[in-house]
Amino acid sequence: MHNLFKIALRNLLRYRRRTLLTTSLIAIGVVFVLLFVAVTGSFKNMMIAQTTDSMLGHLQVHRKGYVASIDNLPLNLNLKGEGLAKLEKILDGRPEVEAWSPRIKFGAMFSTFVETTNIRLNGINPARELATVPLLAARLLEGEATLDPGRIWIPELLARGMKVAVGDTVVVVATNQDGSVNGRQLVVAGILESATGPGGRDGYLHIEDAAAILRLTAPETSEVAIRLHDFKRLPAFAAELDVLLAQELNQQGKPIYELHTWEKLSPFYNIARMIEVMTFFVKLMLIAIVLVSIMNVMIMAVYERIREIGTMAAIGTLPGRILAMFMLEGFSLGVVGAAGGGLFGLLLIKLLNLAEISYDFGRQQGLILQAEIAWGELALISLIVVAGAVLASLQPAFKASRLDPIKALRHV
Amino acid sequence: MNLVTARDIGKEYQAGEIRVRALVGLSFDIAPASFVSFVGPSGSGKTTLLNLIGCLDTPTSGTLTVADTDVRKLDRRAGARFRGRNIGFIFQDFNLLPVLTVAENIEYPLQLVLELPAAERRRRVRALLAAVEMEPQADKYPDQISGGQKQRVAVARALVGRPKLVLADEPTANLDHQTAMRVIDLMKRMRDEFATTFIFSTHDPKVVGEAEIIHTLEDGRLLKSENGTGGHHAQSV
Repeated sequence: MHNLFKIALRNLLRYRRRTLLTTSLIAIGVVFVLLFVAVTGSFKNMMIAQTTDSMLGHLQVHRKGYVASIDNLPLNLNLKGEGLAKLEKILDGRPEVEAWSPRIKFGAMFSTFVETTNIRLNGINPARELATVPLLAARLLEGEATLDPGRIWIPELLARGMKVAVGDTVVVVATNQDGSVNGRQLVVAGILESATGPGGRDGYLHIEDAAAILRLTAPETSEVAIRLHDFKRLPAFAAELDVLLAQELNQQGKPIYELHTWEKLSPFYNIARMIEVMTFFVKLMLIAIVLVSIMNVMIMAVYERIREIGTMAAIGTLPGRILAMFMLEGFSLGVVGAAGGGLFGLLLIKLLNLAEISYDFGRQQGLILQAEIAWGELALISLIVVAGAVLASLQPAFKASRLDPIKALRHV
Repeated sequence: MNLVTARDIGKEYQAGEIRVRALVGLSFDIAPASFVSFVGPSGSGKTTLLNLIGCLDTPTSGTLTVADTDVRKLDRRAGARFRGRNIGFIFQDFNLLPVLTVAENIEYPLQLVLELPAAERRRRVRALLAAVEMEPQADKYPDQISGGQKQRVAVARALVGRPKLVLADEPTANLDHQTAMRVIDLMKRMRDEFATTFIFSTHDPKVVGEAEIIHTLEDGRLLKSENGTGGHHAQSV
């Protein structure tokens, strides 16, 4: 194999310019794919982080059936009593959980004494909420990042439409589970940037105010948002927690809880998926580049060396060896192209990060592009290139190995 | 025991709509360690015959045995193996591999065909380089040496695997007379040294006489067999 490899490499060096052009083409393809994956990955990660860290959390637990009715914000599907206590105990016992936050979600009337409209509200424990969704405070366009009892954060569009400013007093009126109506005056403490996705246009008030408005006599929660120490552990943790929660049954023997990761709750997941699909197609284009360029070179190589192939076959070289020699040439082109493109791509990503390119996303301005590529992704792209190169050289190599020595020796 | 036995062999092939009879009813024997030439004008069937003896092709009729093997029974793979172990080739255009040095070209059959250990390969290559007086050019590439030197390398490559038979198709066609005679001398010397049978085709009358046995072909038929100045065996057709 070593000798075949040596001959293959020398044959590649024999046509230096062509080899350089081919490997350069492959390397450029690899560089573009790496940059695309790194930059889109950066956007994707930023979008996911915005979604999970500013409102959803990494995953959420509700009482079974709540999410299906979430548009109604049904108070009768709140977790309470033993069910809530068990959930708190489970979450407190999991080291992967960095923070969790109970929320009471309800619909209410929002009045400025002049005008009235509808509002969706989240009763939160501010400290827990900010630990679970730390970017929530960053969504505050105006006001203070603390939410004491008697104060409310309202969404920007509502504030603008109702002409409400920080410091204004408003009234929140809600119907509780029994059907009785209750209201409370609150002071606007902050105005929140709207965000796409569930809860993106909700207001926030202290959980004690929510309990008081709804006249709750015992702790209740509509949803529990959970944040993990390591986001990458989410699928594994969600699977484990799902199993744990599924063991908790109500008196009818049915599961008490339902668990949803952010992907199932946010429309951004579809955008993230679209980015993955685009990445897949970009990789397909890379494969096409590799296949076409390597196959072209290898067909040329076989054509130019027909007499040499004939000589090798005549003096007893087995067809398999001739096949292997040409496939090694294709393999080498792929390896060199992938390695060159990989190194250059990593260098460009590094330079891109050093350049600190900023961009705006929604209301967030001056976000710094943090392009990064996982080693696994780099390995996968390299593997695709090398496998494509081997695949592309298969047909010309097979043709070379099947050449009739007499015809090959006669070739001019 | 003959090394090559041909009995009434014929070779036909289709060239467009025409059926060409390249060889017709050839019968001959070639003894081990002999120095034989097939002569004749272009189109007489010399190359076709050498291809058959070299197991690169099979006859369409008759029987041809090389080193006790019926060549018609060899498939592509078996044919390659048989050639690698029993037959050396010298080509008119030398056909050295341009990416290998002189020494590597000679080593090629030992390495990639016979798969001999490195020490044995080195030993044989050194011996052959010395025999063909190409030691100083061992590390040169084919495009750095003359035509005569290339053919000496080709002779060394053909012999390095210690084949029973070396086939040379017009080995001197691309060489000037003086160089051609040197190559023929070298082949003879190698025959004497390694007891290898040399069969070569030529249409160069000055080279023809160097063979011990001269078979003359015309229109695919064996016209006559006679002794050359290089030998003492005589045969009549």
